[in-house]
Amino acid sequence: MKRKLVSALVCAAMVATVLAGCGNSSSDTASTDAAATEETATDDAAAEDTAAEDTAASGDLIKVGIINNDPNESGYRTANDADMKAMFTEENGYDASFAYSLKNDEQITAAQKFIQDGVDYLLLSAADTAGWDSVLMDAQAAGTRVILFDRTIDADPSLYEASIVSDMEAEGQTAVEWLAGQGLDEYNIIHIQGVMGSAAQQGRTKAVDEMVAANDNWNLVTQQTAEWNAEKAQQIVQSVIDSGQEFNVIYAENDDMAKGAVAALDKANISHGVDGDVIIMGFDTNTWALEELLAGNWNYDGQCNPYQASYIDEVIKTIESGGTIEEKTIIMEEKGFDAETITQEDIDTYGI
Amino acid sequence: MEDNAVLQMRNIHKSFPGVKALSGVDFTLRKGEIHALMGENGAGKSTLIKVLTGVYTKDEGHIYLDGHEKEVQVRSPQEAQKLGISPVYQEITLCPNLSVAENMYIGRTPGAVQNWRKMNKDADKLLKSLDIPAKATQQLSTCSLAVQQMIAIARAVDTDCKVLILDEPTSSLDEQEVEKLFKLMRDLRGRGVGIIFVTHFLDQVYEVCDRITVMRDGCLVGEYEIKDLPRVQLVSKMLGKELDDLSDIQGEYKSYERKEGELPVFEVEQLYSNAGIKPFDFHIDKGEVNGFTGLLGSGRSECVRAIFGADRVLGGKVKKNGKPIKISKPIDAMRQGIGYLPEDRKRDGIVGDLSVRDNIILAQQVLRGFLKPYSRAEADKIADEYIKLLNIKTASADTPIKSLSGGNQQKVILARWLLTHPEYLILDEPTRGIDVGTKVDIQKLVLKLASEGMSVTFISSEMDEMLRTCSRLIVMRDRRVVGELTGSDLNQTSIMSTIAGGDK
Amino acid sequence: MQTNETKNAGVSGFFGRMIRKQVMIPLAALLLLFLFNLIMDPSFFKIELGYNSAGNPVLSGFLITILDSGSELAILAIGMTLVTAATGGQDISVGATTAIAGSVLLRVLCGTNSRPETLQAPIIVAFLAACVVAMLFGAFNGVLVAVFKIQPMIATLILYTAGRSIAAWINNNELPVVSDESLTYFGEFIPGIPIPTPFFIAVACMIVIGLVLKFTNLRLYTQAVGINENSSKLNGLNPVFIKILSFVILGLCVAVVGLIKVARISTINYSVIAKDIEMDAILAVALGGNALSGGKFNMTASIIGAYVIQCLTTTLYKFQVRSDALPAYKAIVVIVLVIVSAPVVREKFNAFMAKRKVKEAA
Repeated sequence: MKRKLVSALVCAAMVATVLAGCGNSSSDTASTDAAATEETATDDAAAEDTAAEDTAASGDLIKVGIINNDPNESGYRTANDADMKAMFTEENGYDASFAYSLKNDEQITAAQKFIQDGVDYLLLSAADTAGWDSVLMDAQAAGTRVILFDRTIDADPSLYEASIVSDMEAEGQTAVEWLAGQGLDEYNIIHIQGVMGSAAQQGRTKAVDEMVAANDNWNLVTQQTAEWNAEKAQQIVQSVIDSGQEFNVIYAENDDMAKGAVAALDKANISHGVDGDVIIMGFDTNTWALEELLAGNWNYDGQCNPYQASYIDEVIKTIESGGTIEEKTIIMEEKGFDAETITQEDIDTYGI
Repeated sequence: MEDNAVLQMRNIHKSFPGVKALSGVDFTLRKGEIHALMGENGAGKSTLIKVLTGVYTKDEGHIYLDGHEKEVQVRSPQEAQKLGISPVYQEITLCPNLSVAENMYIGRTPGAVQNWRKMNKDADKLLKSLDIPAKATQQLSTCSLAVQQMIAIARAVDTDCKVLILDEPTSSLDEQEVEKLFKLMRDLRGRGVGIIFVTHFLDQVYEVCDRITVMRDGCLVGEYEIKDLPRVQLVSKMLGKELDDLSDIQGEYKSYERKEGELPVFEVEQLYSNAGIKPFDFHIDKGEVNGFTGLLGSGRSECVRAIFGADRVLGGKVKKNGKPIKISKPIDAMRQGIGYLPEDRKRDGIVGDLSVRDNIILAQQVLRGFLKPYSRAEADKIADEYIKLLNIKTASADTPIKSLSGGNQQKVILARWLLTHPEYLILDEPTRGIDVGTKVDIQKLVLKLASEGMSVTFISSEMDEMLRTCSRLIVMRDRRVVGELTGSDLNQTSIMSTIAGGDK
Repeated sequence: MQTNETKNAGVSGFFGRMIRKQVMIPLAALLLLFLFNLIMDPSFFKIELGYNSAGNPVLSGFLITILDSGSELAILAIGMTLVTAATGGQDISVGATTAIAGSVLLRVLCGTNSRPETLQAPIIVAFLAACVVAMLFGAFNGVLVAVFKIQPMIATLILYTAGRSIAAWINNNELPVVSDESLTYFGEFIPGIPIPTPFFIAVACMIVIGLVLKFTNLRLYTQAVGINENSSKLNGLNPVFIKILSFVILGLCVAVVGLIKVARISTINYSVIAKDIEMDAILAVALGGNALSGGKFNMTASIIGAYVIQCLTTTLYKFQVRSDALPAYKAIVVIVLVIVSAPVVREKFNAFMAKRKVKEAA
């Protein structure tokens, strides 16, 4: 009896989790649906477009199964999920099903289910790089084509059609090059890292490490992981301030941590941003972060492009029309924003 | 050596630190008999059984099986099982979430491979042959308690069982279920199994057993054919009072008489609880001391627990000074002026890690409510007062109660209830396991409180004590009230014959 | 629990009495950490008065940081101590419910717009709403534990798993940002007062719990229920109610922590806010020398325990120990505590002490 109750409760909790996820997503879909219907109702030309697309897909909807990480994970993921939901709609010729999990084994189960359901395309943002070979072979056997987005996996490239990713190293490189371009005499950097071992952390850290190793006037005051957490970042910076060390750059590997770092600076009355004593750098182009840039409180924000849907759409269209994908790894274009050049338009376009 | 003896235990000794649990006990079980093992608390029944089943190792003595000359060594329960000695305990030790067949055969397959079909078939065959109404594939928890008990027995007898030990198998069964169990026991007896039956129910002993062995204080009192031992004799042997010299021990406290026109302080009608007692009537007057008596397990504690609301009350009326009141939980009873010192001091009485002070003020603090704690100074004053009043031996009021001796712990609990100034105090075995001096103190205190107008119900396993303090005794047998004794009836003979019931 | 009276006279007797005081356990740990810092770098103890970017006076220094950052933990330790005492188990959902409380707070402050120019409701209203919600979730945990008799860790696993999603759902998955200054007063400084506000909030909580423990029977009831439920019932207590109450009080603590956490950064990140704080809160209770199996408790010791953990964290940050290695250091502390408090070890230790005493006497 008691055991039944516990399991019932655990189930309820899981349903709650899913509902919480769906709650937002359904409101997302609802809004995009509304937008879409509005479009078709008012604009005949748009309807023609859709018709054209439909013919391209020979009148049938393309069945896609999308496996993503939990949209609650971060603002990046929320934007990514919303983008996918907006793209893979019936209006655009797709019949899409979604599955969310932060755990690899659950994702693999979801993939197997999608393959059984006979989806045409399996779109996958894997939680973990390993363990996917056998599932992807199953997919190949079943004629399901696989497209990876956002994250790569350790599997033979023949098992998937394309991989649309951000190049984290390039993001780091762009940022560090920008920083080098500031022409400071000495770079004393507080480097706040993300969760150790994550692709974003590794990529964004690499460029800094290389630069510091290569140049005598580049120093790391501290290099610590705040695990994407604003408060931890605040404590780390606080600790540097309390111990009286000099620094003039804060390189935070995401916006949240940059915000936490700035809170510590404000407390100690250390000026930052444009014309300030300390250069503030963040990543992920959250809208609020770009606004900080516009206000001159921060100096730089690197983009990590969450909008892969259009790239995927293009790949599918190419395959459906009989074309081939030349380069399997498609690296998305990613920008870095400078406080001195950013505009409100940039914020509206790229803010997530 | 008796020819048909399936088990003989000779001169068994067993000591624990500070206690001699068994001294020179003999026990003989014959083929195809049901043999009752009787005795009050501390008689040594369970120790004897644990020696037999290999849970304890005996210090001295011999065990013979099947009339063989060579003695056997039982070093572990597994060995006992191999020798054909199978115990079935009061608490069912099966797995409720497994099937009936799995429960019967679990842990008994030699290899890792289990032939499920064969297992289920075997189980069904055995269940059918023993006439147990259960299916092999049924989940155990869907069976009634009696059937579960029977399945436990089936499991036991299937392992080529010679000696089946049933330890209080009937305590949680209703009458019909008990009947079914007895049928199974008789059936097994017919197959030549020797059954040791441990129970507190006298009626059941006389209904189903062939022979009785009585133990007391770790010693053998004797082995009797059932027809040679009338009930009253059995009771006297269990309690250790010879019938001949009983009659002269009379209650010392003169019988209590209600004053003209006065109503009982508390009165219950047809009260019963989920603890399995039959509905009973009871009343107590102002300044009266009465008691519940009966053998262990007769339901005397359950009665007072029902009055106090400690068990879930299922029916009946309670009146205070003639007015109906409702008591469904202890706090209700406390608000009506009842205090209850529970039987199991360690489990229900003391709050071990708390100080003597906190233990004394606990009940009164609950009565005063959440927002009215005693200040530290007040609490100290109260604690000191009661420590002195009851002569509690403790290093300080700060000492955790669990480090006090049993008698002093009991005094603390007593102090706890005295502090609430109850009109009616229930004392369930207040003198168990405590030294003689403290016992006398408590008896004196009870009489003093009564003379000051408090009503007291006193329960004790020791008849002398009851006779010395109570002016009226309610006698219980097999969970029902079977008599009430006052005045000149307050003597051991009449108590024992009332307890024994049936023939005299 | 040392019960036998040692009759050692003089210094050793005094010392014996002192080390038997429960509060000495976290104090000794704190002393150890201070000593380490004193030897390694005395600047650890430096406190300076400066001005923040808004021009208000602020105190800074490691000690202030410890008092500031340790506030949340100290507040949670209060509730966790009560839950531990009453139920003999711990609530592992406090991090997730903090996210819920913070989310509710922001939802009320921001209304439907996730980035309002002005506050849509007074902070006090938002805070009270957060309190109600957090206490309801506390009651939910409490009912599971007290009524359905589920192990506290298992029961609270439900919210531990689902809580952060619920928090995200409350704000439609958006990340509200509050631009109003007044919210930061609760997480940073009130203009003109150089001591961080979270510390005042923590002190206020301590005073409240101190008064509650002094002027109500909470301590006696909770301990009695935690030590012996049967006996408590027979003394008229309602163990179910007491257990639920302890979870509700913890819920209130969670709401306060939610306020501080959100006020610190004026926004929320559902997946990382108050992450792993439950483990620190439990550790604080254990460091305070309280038995995790429930029963008697010492609130002061738990609170000091919380600051010890913060002191450890800050020290490790100061010496630039990789912060993802922090859990490993905490794990060492846990292991030591668990081993020391294990009955087997205590028995051995007592036996050893007794033997030594005999030798001394001889």
